[in-house]
Amino acid sequence: MSIVAILIPVTLLLGGLGLAAFVWSLMRQQYEDPKGDAERILSSEWDDHPKP
Amino acid sequence: MSDATAQGFEDQGSDSRLSACPACDVAPIAMRIAQEKARKDEVILSLPGIHCATCITDIERALNNHPGVDSARVNLTLRRVTVKAPGLGADDLIPVVERAGYEALELDPSALSSTAADRKGRDLLMRTGVAGFAMMNVMLLSVAVWSGAEGATRDLFHMVSAMIALPTIAFAGQPFFANARRGLRHGKVVMDFPISLALILASGMSLYETMNSGRHAYFDGVVTLCFFLLIGRYLDYRTRAVARSAAEELTALEVPRAFRITDTGEELVPVAALVPGDLIRIRPGSRVPADGRITSGESEIDRSLLTGESLPVVAAPGTMLSAGEVNLTGLLTVRVTAAGRDSSLAQLTELVANAESARGRYTTLAQQASALYTPIVHIVAFGSFLGWMIHAGDLRMAVNVAAAVLIITCPCALGLAVPAVMTAASGRLFRKGLLIKDATALERLSEVDTVIFDKTGTLTMGTPQLVDPDVLPVEHRPVALALTEGSSHPLSRALAHALATQGVTAVTLERVTEVPGHGVEGLWQGQPVRIGRADWIGAAPGQGRVASTWLRIADLPPIRLEFEDRMRPGAEEAVAGLRRAGCRVMLLSGDTQTAVADIAGRLGIAEWRAGVTPVDKAEAVTGLGAQGARILMVGDGLNDTAALAAAHVAISPASALDAARVASDIVLMGTDLRPVPEALAVARSARKRIKENFNISFGYNIFAVPIAILGFATPLIAALAMSLSSICVTLNALRLR
Repeated sequence: MSIVAILIPVTLLLGGLGLAAFVWSLMRQQYEDPKGDAERILSSEWDDHPKP
Repeated sequence: MSDATAQGFEDQGSDSRLSACPACDVAPIAMRIAQEKARKDEVILSLPGIHCATCITDIERALNNHPGVDSARVNLTLRRVTVKAPGLGADDLIPVVERAGYEALELDPSALSSTAADRKGRDLLMRTGVAGFAMMNVMLLSVAVWSGAEGATRDLFHMVSAMIALPTIAFAGQPFFANARRGLRHGKVVMDFPISLALILASGMSLYETMNSGRHAYFDGVVTLCFFLLIGRYLDYRTRAVARSAAEELTALEVPRAFRITDTGEELVPVAALVPGDLIRIRPGSRVPADGRITSGESEIDRSLLTGESLPVVAAPGTMLSAGEVNLTGLLTVRVTAAGRDSSLAQLTELVANAESARGRYTTLAQQASALYTPIVHIVAFGSFLGWMIHAGDLRMAVNVAAAVLIITCPCALGLAVPAVMTAASGRLFRKGLLIKDATALERLSEVDTVIFDKTGTLTMGTPQLVDPDVLPVEHRPVALALTEGSSHPLSRALAHALATQGVTAVTLERVTEVPGHGVEGLWQGQPVRIGRADWIGAAPGQGRVASTWLRIADLPPIRLEFEDRMRPGAEEAVAGLRRAGCRVMLLSGDTQTAVADIAGRLGIAEWRAGVTPVDKAEAVTGLGAQGARILMVGDGLNDTAALAAAHVAISPASALDAARVASDIVLMGTDLRPVPEALAVARSARKRIKENFNISFGYNIFAVPIAILGFATPLIAALAMSLSSICVTLNALRLR
């Protein structure tokens, strides 16, 4: 059962990463315009290089 | 249900509806100047026509390429673009968007409070995310315990669960704790109180059990409970945030400005900056910004929003004007007598405030259920604690059972029961073009048995239409069109529109001049032609039951043109539909007897009254309400505002005056009236769904509570029952869509 001592921290770490990503996206205001973001990916505007 | 109760409690102080200071709500412009400076560099435009990726890139490219623009970002969800452009105004940017092929309208940024609302939504979403993360991890650990982990392994898993769950509850449970505390301070036990108690007691008990190597720890149940309740609360919040932002947008579209005459010339100022004694200029076609007396100029005034009269009134120096009226034909100079909160708008707010408090006392189904539920939960939990103390004499066992009862009865499904139904119902109505502004509006609407309509602007469009184009000889039509083309008088516009749709092309006239308050004249092939009032034309002002104007060409006998108010599309179907739903339909209008009788006859409304003053309207509504009728008031004008506020529930069209929209619970976005009976049907089925959801939750409690009281409840049973009932309730709510 000693494997648990490794598995539990690993699980928590991975879950924590997910949570951190969620909080980051929330802080970056990525939920402001869900409809627009779904459409933006279809535009070929910045396909060649990222928006400056 | 917890949400509705708690939110309702909270909202009494903070909602956008009329509350402590009705005058501030009716005339929110005063606050706007204060904020105006803060966001000076930002221009927000409404883009009603955008729908796709190409629209976004087109508009952003056009704006970003415009000199002086720092950045432009389109929000498709809100159909807006925010432009950072120091020194540029909406007037500079609207043509840029229009050249790209899209319609753009200026929005008053200070009327949009989206940032503060966003912060609250983000806060709730973050807590929901944290609770969700914790729930998943604790559940993973719990699966091991459920499947029979023993001894040190179980203790370790419980301990890890505690390390995740306790900080989560402390953070994610904040909204419930805060509401419970606020309720207690007002001497009320709100629905959040048993929730908070269950969260705290179950966490404390589980921690104690963990330290003493106990068998059951409810960390999974506590965190799941928190997660589901937060989802319910977020849904509830979102539904109202969407409605609020759309309602704000309506307000923001009317940028309140006035032309003030100073020694140096004319300047454009916000309406809130006007003070009595100022001289202002009111251009034809614009709304009167403040009460005042005309010092110079002649015109005609459209008072339909204030009094319900559909015919324009002549205005000359000395005439008093009230804020909200529309100047039609001539340029007027007005000496302001009262502005802002002292204007005639404020005279009606007292009536509004009195009526409003009655509606604020409405008890929702959720509140009724909560009033019944809260004491029962506490009695049952305390009773089982006492029972086990007497029966077994074991304090630890007794506290364990009491905590299990609290967590099992905790209204997890109940917390979703109302918000899930409300989200589904208002989403469906939003697609039909109805904005639900108030949290309790749908429930109140479902009880309606009497519908009172206003006439001008509600059942009718408030714009006249030519009755019979054939009275005008074909050879005179081009002349009539040429005369009326340039005028903004509603009768001229109606005539020009009627002729233009028949394919008439205007002839060329010389010296066309509009004589404010009288009509338009010009020269056609050297002969004088005139269109306008009977006495000015030189015709006998015949008996008119409808609006009319006269056309005279040279010395030929004058021709009388009759106009009638155009019926709003779907008015007949709406009235018929409401009657089919079992409602008594009435019509109260401030207009003349003949005009009201005509519309009532065409729509088949038997009960109608004409010449009703705003006070009479409100009294009629209160009188019927006192007799036990549940009234739905549909109106648009300032004269309806008091009646709207006094009614059980109120609907106003988007074209209504700001004050009327503030006083109503539901705003009709399109011109069609057909969604009104549909809203009634949706509201009634929503009420049915809410009751069904309560039954599901109570049924589950009846099944699970005895198990908990007898001491057989395990964390597995709690978790299963909780998830199952929540899913049932949500699925039942989704049937509404």
